[in-house]
Amino acid sequence: MKILVCISHVPDTTSKINFSDDNKMFDNQGVQFVINPNDEFGLTRAMWFKEKQNATVDVINVGSSVTEPTLRKALAIGADKAIRIDSEPIDGFFVAKQISDYITSNPYDLIIAGRESIDYNGAMVPGLIAGLTKMNFITNCTNLEIENNFATLEREIDGGKEILTCNLPLIIGGQKGLVEESDLRIPNMRGIMQARQKPLDVIPCSDLDSKTKSIKFQKPAPREEVKLVSSDNLDQLIEMLHNEAKVL
Amino acid sequence: MSVLAYIESTKGIIKKNAFEIVSYSSALAKQLGIELIVLSINVDDNSELSKYGATRIVKVLNPELDNFDAKITGNVIAQVAKDINATHIVISSSVDSKYMAPLLTIDLEAGYLSNVVELPSNLNPFTVKRTSFTNKAFCDASIVSDIKIIGLSSNAFGIIENESTLSEEVYNPSLLQKNITLKSTEKISGKISIADADVVVSGGRGLKGPENWNLVEDLADTLGAATACSKPVSDMGWRPHSEHVGQTGKPVATNLYIAIGISGAIQHLAGINSSKVKVVINNDPEAPFFKAADYGVVGDAFDVVPRLNEKLKAFKAQNS
Ligand SMILES: Cc1cc2nc3c(=O)[nH]c(=O)nc-3n(C[C@H](O)[C@H](O)[C@H](O)COP(=O)(O)OP(=O)(O)OC[C@H]3O[C@@H](n4cnc5c(N)ncnc54)[C@H](O)[C@@H]3O)c2cc1C
Ligand SMILES: Nc1ncnc2c1ncn2[C@@H]1O[C@H](COP(=O)(O)O)[C@@H](O)[C@H]1O
Repeated sequence: MKILVCISHVPDTTSKINFSDDNKMFDNQGVQFVINPNDEFGLTRAMWFKEKQNATVDVINVGSSVTEPTLRKALAIGADKAIRIDSEPIDGFFVAKQISDYITSNPYDLIIAGRESIDYNGAMVPGLIAGLTKMNFITNCTNLEIENNFATLEREIDGGKEILTCNLPLIIGGQKGLVEESDLRIPNMRGIMQARQKPLDVIPCSDLDSKTKSIKFQKPAPREEVKLVSSDNLDQLIEMLHNEAKVL
Repeated sequence: MSVLAYIESTKGIIKKNAFEIVSYSSALAKQLGIELIVLSINVDDNSELSKYGATRIVKVLNPELDNFDAKITGNVIAQVAKDINATHIVISSSVDSKYMAPLLTIDLEAGYLSNVVELPSNLNPFTVKRTSFTNKAFCDASIVSDIKIIGLSSNAFGIIENESTLSEEVYNPSLLQKNITLKSTEKISGKISIADADVVVSGGRGLKGPENWNLVEDLADTLGAATACSKPVSDMGWRPHSEHVGQTGKPVATNLYIAIGISGAIQHLAGINSSKVKVVINNDPEAPFFKAADYGVVGDAFDVVPRLNEKLKAFKAQNS
């Protein structure tokens, strides 16, 4: 089984978010970048397929050279090969187009992406790849088993879950549940050394088509101070929620 | 040219988020000066939508669409959109719609923005505000393709009453072949889901153990709210994983979020920040959550919550 894991390179969850002076760009000064958490769950699930079912695992990122340490980390965790499509992504469609062009000439049985990236939050790249390549697609995936080209998946739905089956090739949007946090792997010294020898192919981007543009960023207005209510005066809280906040 | 609003239903009943979708779409159609057409699937009675500005309903009635399949449903929407020459399509940010949207986008060669929170600030280029960086920032973004798909964030725009008269027509789409088989569905029944709720009552490690969750549940009952929890609470198995909210859990965008015994870690806040009004009950005045809250009570949950519940019950009895 050939697996490709899509890796988005994102600011660590605890990073302070700042923008350039003209608010047109994310300011990455002093920001620690990581593998998008949803992708890390997927990558770890892919490692299990590698270890138990002899799969090969490649990772791909659409980005500039600044994302290479993130791809090297994925190699140190155990991926066999990394691919970077050299570009500054414009939007989710742009990224999806690059990846689908790549997999059309380099087919895989299973593509694992994340449900959503924590920077752009588009929740669209895997679905767009599926639309472009006509592959089967399931997102919000919390469990995945594959036997003889046949997949059984669990998908989170509003207020519950469902079990689905389909044939490969398949692309999923994964999330926690594929594996748990305690299953995530920190690269060890040996992994890091090996990662340096593994291939990281840089390929040029195919075209520049995009459908949307981010124009300007803005941080939320500073919040008003919290209104504290004494625990002896809960009637006041109810009164405020009713008359002022109008939520009761 | 028209605006197409797709509304969701479960078992023939319109979902509550439909009213916000129709309110927004109606305002958008007005801003663009074009007609609004509302699409419902397997809903017989759409009359309630007329309260929010719907005038023309396209109904698809086909039992094969009862079980949601992103590709097939998306393609039905695409057929309707092409038929009525829709230039703008508005959908919700439910789990199902977010699943379907990218497929619809490709079907229509459209451009799609999710997590949209406002009407367009500019029509040329078509520019809307959306949240990004897990609610830590807003982004003005434009759609440059001819057909535009807008995924509206829940509770961002609100519901606007606008009584209208409805006309209805039935549309018979052709259905794509099914490639994905639904084996089983497990819904936590009898409970309001976090996605559907107007109010969410959430508990954290400060509640000490699963045996104390009656505090959260009783308050939720009084408010008709869904229950939720912080990550460690579900990790320890005190509550099911389906209740875990935050960056790695479910997003919450309700009108009222009540957090009990939750410290307010950044990953928790990332998931709940887009809720309108946040109330925090915590015995530590230094808890970071107070900085992100609208209203706060510094006190012991075991003392405050039961008393608050009694008072709310009395308030509800008086005001209903
Ligand atoms: C990558 C990553 C992702 C994460 N994702 C999430 C996520 O999605 N969601 C999430 O919730 N967390 C997430 N976390 C964990 C997060 O960082 C916090 O650890 C977690 O939110 C803390 O949960 P808590 O507030 O319930 O517990 P604590 O931090 O232990 O806080 C308990 C609070 O209860 C208060 N308290 C104690 N006793 C009482 C009492 N009697 N009455 C009232 N108050 C009381 C305390 O003052 C304290 O503020 C993530 C962490 C990481 C590293
Ligand atoms: N630049 C990128 N390169 C590779 N994969 C990406 C990129 N951006 C997004 N993805 C994948 O698509 C998923 C969803 O991202 P998004 O649509 O931005 O929310 C991520 O979890 C990744 O798996």
